[in-house]
Amino acid sequence: MRLYKAFLHLYPASFRKEYEEELVHIFRERRTQAYNPFSIAYLWLSGFVDVVVNAAYAHCEILRQDLRYTARTLRRAPAFALTAIVITGLGIGANTAAFSITDRVLLRPLPFPNSDRLVQLWQRNPAYARFELSPPNFYDWRRLSASFEAMSAYATAALNFVGEGDPQRIEGTEVTPAFFKTLDVQPLLGRTFTEQDGMDGAAGTVVLSYEMWQTVFGGRHDVLGNTIRLDNSSYTVIGVMPADFFFPARGGQLWKPLVLGDPPKEARDNCYLNGIGKLKAGVSIEKARAELTVIADRLAREYPKENEKITARVDPLDARLPDQTRMLLWASLGASFCVLLIACTNLANLLLAKAMARRKELAVRAAIGAGRERLIRQLLTESVALAVAGGLAGILIAMAVLPVLSAIITTRLPLTDATVLDLRVLAFTGLVTLATGFVFGILPAWRACSGVNMDGLREGSWSGIGGRRERLRSMLVIAEISLSIVLLVTAGLLSRALWRVQSIDPGFRPDSVLTIQISLPAYQYRYALVSTRTAFYAEIQAKVRALPGVVNAALISSLPMTQGGGIWPVDTGAQSNANGSRGDSKSVGMRVITPAYFGTMGIPVLAGRDISQSDTQDAPPVAVVSESFVQKYWPNQNPLGRKFHFAFSNFPFAEQDRIVVGVVGDVRFRGLERQSEPQVYLAEKQLPDRQMMFYAPRELVIRTAVDSSGLIAPIRHIIQEADPELPISRIRMMKDVVDVQTAPRSAQIALVTAFAVLSLLLAGIGVHGLLSFTVGQRLPEFGLRIALGAQSREILSMILREGIVLASGGALCGLLLAYYAGNAMRTLLAGVSPIDPATLGGSVIAVLGMTLSGSLLPAIRAIRTDPIKAMRVD
Amino acid sequence: MPFKQEEIESLLPLPSATFHILMALADEDRHGYAIIQDIASRTDGTLQMSAGTLYRSIQRMQEQGLIIETRERPAPEDDDERRRYYRITAFGLAVAKAEAGRLTQMVKLARARGIAPERT
Repeated sequence: MRLYKAFLHLYPASFRKEYEEELVHIFRERRTQAYNPFSIAYLWLSGFVDVVVNAAYAHCEILRQDLRYTARTLRRAPAFALTAIVITGLGIGANTAAFSITDRVLLRPLPFPNSDRLVQLWQRNPAYARFELSPPNFYDWRRLSASFEAMSAYATAALNFVGEGDPQRIEGTEVTPAFFKTLDVQPLLGRTFTEQDGMDGAAGTVVLSYEMWQTVFGGRHDVLGNTIRLDNSSYTVIGVMPADFFFPARGGQLWKPLVLGDPPKEARDNCYLNGIGKLKAGVSIEKARAELTVIADRLAREYPKENEKITARVDPLDARLPDQTRMLLWASLGASFCVLLIACTNLANLLLAKAMARRKELAVRAAIGAGRERLIRQLLTESVALAVAGGLAGILIAMAVLPVLSAIITTRLPLTDATVLDLRVLAFTGLVTLATGFVFGILPAWRACSGVNMDGLREGSWSGIGGRRERLRSMLVIAEISLSIVLLVTAGLLSRALWRVQSIDPGFRPDSVLTIQISLPAYQYRYALVSTRTAFYAEIQAKVRALPGVVNAALISSLPMTQGGGIWPVDTGAQSNANGSRGDSKSVGMRVITPAYFGTMGIPVLAGRDISQSDTQDAPPVAVVSESFVQKYWPNQNPLGRKFHFAFSNFPFAEQDRIVVGVVGDVRFRGLERQSEPQVYLAEKQLPDRQMMFYAPRELVIRTAVDSSGLIAPIRHIIQEADPELPISRIRMMKDVVDVQTAPRSAQIALVTAFAVLSLLLAGIGVHGLLSFTVGQRLPEFGLRIALGAQSREILSMILREGIVLASGGALCGLLLAYYAGNAMRTLLAGVSPIDPATLGGSVIAVLGMTLSGSLLPAIRAIRTDPIKAMRVD
Repeated sequence: MPFKQEEIESLLPLPSATFHILMALADEDRHGYAIIQDIASRTDGTLQMSAGTLYRSIQRMQEQGLIIETRERPAPEDDDERRRYYRITAFGLAVAKAEAGRLTQMVKLARARGIAPERT
């Protein structure tokens, strides 16, 4: 019988309490009539099924009643319902949106099979934590290692694509044949590369991206076998990738084989390959790392000149996002969670107030036989119903803000769109919603129903006033204020950090500089000659300078703060200082320029001269170096007239001695927040013929005195006049190039600030709600005080004091929490202290202001109390 | 006692368990197990109402005012002290009659169509 009684626990407690004895009695009667084992087994089975089925019905019945009751209650208090739904909706919406992005970018595995076995391979040395691989090193790593199922390399390439219309500059990726096998992805159409495609002298082949297939070939299925022209060579289309394949980055239009040679002929210190690998099943990343380290050590011994101190680095592939971006994402998820907590605290407070005001009604229901469990269940149904309505509102809010949010996140990720709410995110929202309803509903329900008895029915009982309940509500408000302080401080610190980063001097004056990329086709014979190029540059420069409003114009191989410069090792002679030994930090950023570049960009020439027209192939090789080059390699010496050469082997151009003819200011070419290597600028006219086409200047920079938008058309015309086949791409303002540096920061700050303002508003509503409620409950008391002669001022200060106590309590806890939060995100703060007094002070003042304005209405209501009316209420 | 027609009709058609319980209580007050036995005997054992169904119905019927729990006990020799006895209310009787009328009407319609046997 005990077992049957245990079954009965499936029924709602109220039902069980009422009918348990009867049910047991009937079961016992039937048991006495069952004689053989079969009928006994049947009795148990049917008894169990009966309990399960009817218990489910009974629960549904109660739920239906409770929902009907809830609907009635909420209809009677629409303002309350609306407030609760909006508050919860904001919290859940903020979380859904933030989670959706974080999930895509940080939590979800990359969209490749067994992506946990994919790794990224780098070289590292004491100066650089990671940098690209050279073809011979990649070749040897792949040849000598046993931990990998596949290993491949890729390099992005900008290509001139000549289709039906104007020539276009497109982004492609050169990959070793095993690239697709490493990622284990299949083409949508056709095939991917075989080893033959990557061999020297193989016919050109390409695999198209879905986007290119759609835009250039209109999605035609007979695209396979067609040829396209890239950089003046023909390539046969052999495959098309699926629409959701983006690797290594969005925007890549095609993949073509990277021909390395067997073995590669390139220099061992020419590092430009990105390596990826797939670990064999069961091989840990540590094991692979150890193996490659051994191999790299062996190569360092075999090739001491190029590979000294170079070792291997193996990272999981999904760690490709910069640490700072990861941190910002976590920060925004944390911020949205704070908003949710505040919203929920508000909801709990609202529910508590409501439940307290309903104690009389609850007491009546208890008196006519509803158990405590039944009442709690009723209140929980209400809170969950509110939360679900809030959740639905939240999903709508999230759908509205998601496109904005995902635009913020860098698009250079191998991911599909994050602007769609999928099942996984909706499941998260559902969980958050239910948790909100339960967790923040149970406390008020429990509190309201504890000790429900005839006290609640007493005439004029001041329900919910004083003592523990008041304290609980105050604590909830204090928690809200603390959290909003945390958010305010976070937003404040991040903004200060942004200002600090924005005020970093990039080393040049980006205002009023227009840049245009002109790509000289590397394989076109005439542009392989320096003389042809120089003539072309001279024609363009002269014509552009003649345009009204143009101050100056010049060309450079690659702009500061964009990818594509070269990091070259240098040998500066025996006198280098102690920390400048080989393989250490003796690298420079190398760029090739035409004369007048420094003047155009606003880079100060500190000593000596600019590159000049007379620095030709026949003249001695010269170089202009940056200030830090001198400080680092020739401290306290006059650099003018001194010589250095690049520390490349088997590369005559690089091994030439170069005379330093000028010193210019440092440029932060790696970005505002990154330390840059010292810089070396070479003369465009001194490049060798038919070599180093990659370094031929292609960025035209133009300083203007007028609004430059009117200049774009004439400049385009000038270039087309000089060579109608040249594609023009990337027309940008230098200011925008610099702003891109801080764009993710600004966007994230906008987000965190929005959350902070939202939280402040919610906290204000919380304070207002609490004080309104207590004032409402204490009206008779105020009436009495006023009748006894209390001044408005005294009543006012009483209420405001209460508000200030709440604010101070919240501010104190909040500051403490904010300190920890600030410390945790130190890497984002660009040197701003987590206890920055202005930020902390500002946040506290904002919260005090919000508290005071939240207390004002209740306070005015208290002052305006009509003593006679107020005392008559009870 | 007159009852509002709408009030009665709002409950029709009655779930068959409810109708059977009302019939079981029409002639005398009974406790739960007695109701089950009565239904079984009146239907020649074809309808064996389960305890869960019975008490869920009883709970709802009490809320609807069709039956009440009675404090009057039967003769001491028949009384089981621990049992709870239920009695049909006047309203319950009116609802049961209305349901019976509704069913009769249905049977009449079926006969007119020739899909139910004629009264013998």
